[in-house]
Amino acid sequence: MSALAQTVRSLFLIEFVQAFGLALRYFFAPKATVNYPFEKGPVSPRFRGEHALRRYPNGQERCIACKLCEAICPAQAITIEAGPRQNDGTRRTVRYDIDMVKCIYCGFCQEACPVDAIVEGPNFEFATETREELYYDKEKLLANGDRWEREIARNIALDAPYR
Amino acid sequence: MTDFFSLYLWPGLIILAQSVLFLVVLLVLIAYILLADRKIWAAVQMRRGPNVVGPFGLFQSFADLLKFALKEPIIPASSDKPVFLLAPLVAVTLALATFAVIPVAQGWVIADINIGILFVFAISSLEVYGVIMGGWASNSKYAFLGALRSAAQMVSYEVSIGFVIVTVLLCVGSLNLSEIVLAQTTGLGTMLGLPATFLDWHWLGLFPMFVVFFISALAETNRPPFDLPEAESELVAGYMVEYSATPYMMFMLGEYAAITLMCCLTTILFLGGWLPPFDFAPFTWVPGFIWFVIKGGLVFFMFAMVKAFVPRYRYDQLMRLGWKVFLPISLGMVVLTALVVQTFGWGAAA
Repeated sequence: MSALAQTVRSLFLIEFVQAFGLALRYFFAPKATVNYPFEKGPVSPRFRGEHALRRYPNGQERCIACKLCEAICPAQAITIEAGPRQNDGTRRTVRYDIDMVKCIYCGFCQEACPVDAIVEGPNFEFATETREELYYDKEKLLANGDRWEREIARNIALDAPYR
Repeated sequence: MTDFFSLYLWPGLIILAQSVLFLVVLLVLIAYILLADRKIWAAVQMRRGPNVVGPFGLFQSFADLLKFALKEPIIPASSDKPVFLLAPLVAVTLALATFAVIPVAQGWVIADINIGILFVFAISSLEVYGVIMGGWASNSKYAFLGALRSAAQMVSYEVSIGFVIVTVLLCVGSLNLSEIVLAQTTGLGTMLGLPATFLDWHWLGLFPMFVVFFISALAETNRPPFDLPEAESELVAGYMVEYSATPYMMFMLGEYAAITLMCCLTTILFLGGWLPPFDFAPFTWVPGFIWFVIKGGLVFFMFAMVKAFVPRYRYDQLMRLGWKVFLPISLGMVVLTALVVQTFGWGAAA
């Protein structure tokens, strides 16, 4: 472009006027954002969110305290203590803690579990105000399992054909 | 004793009441200007902007105010404490003080002094002290660099703003802001035999100056694309980097008060203040105050849009624009305007 044309362009703010027009077009364009707390985007069945310990339909805990999840956990976020169950003496967990601050959400625990007891559910909104609230114990994990069982079961069923 | 009451006390109380009323309305307006800024910026980027507090997020600014007021103000140990706390006060007081001479409608002005425009110019030049004090007292590299940039920038652009104001004054022949508005009832349109319309206002007659003034106002108030004093990408937040809670809020308030002032000044100098766009029936029914707010709002819409679509200037580009482009243009226009006024007898000289 010649120097004269460049001067005229900058003197009459041609590019600014064009940019203003473009900005106005976008001003009235439909919003691209999801109105988050009120509407949410879709979540994949494979989504690895907050952990949960599942039960069998009869209410019995699935976990058999094999400690495979504890062994494979790359962040060493899981702590398990095992002991015999009172009524039949089978091996069960006495303690099952996950440090959600250490956890890297890799999903290895879920892959390692032979009985689909520990799973990562679809919930990602479990922020807390204190750090201590993120040290999950067995009670909290079982409560999560009860709360999210329907979604977790559906996600496992949806993902089954690809395994 | 009665003399004292009727001559000093009573008028003083009236002025005080007027000022309080004006300040309250102004601060509420600034709260909504802040919200409008965020909303417009969001809309251009196809976002929603604040929309949770109140309907359409209308109470967002008040929620922010509450948050700022309740937070702990952190004062750096190595800072100069008195100056550090004085700086935001200076910034906000000076920014609000200028509004004393702004006429929002016929006769609606707290101090109708005959050197109004000089008062505005003087006080808004002092605003740079708030920034420099804040940057210096913080005792931080980033804050200091931001303050240095800001000082250079505001001084540079005040020069061209000064010359722009001189061209307007040449056409009007008065320093009183109300008279500057009233002078715009006649102009280019009436010379062509048309009734008084928006064509008479100075924006058309002094068109290049209108643009120069608008861009200089952006630079003067540290708005994007000239927000180098607080350039987030390299200086974090410039002179405000060490500020938190209420002192930070006061800097913010001062900044937006200065922006509101520049919108008002653009309206008064170039867009005919409170005058209706057409001087006949349906338009003259609307009170002048409403016209003033509408025009100021339009100017602010431009302020906000520019923020959304213009990339930030580099520092040397900013200085080049100020000294090598705006200064010659405005200086040339002063000479040209003076020549035209003197030769053809238009404007004040007639």
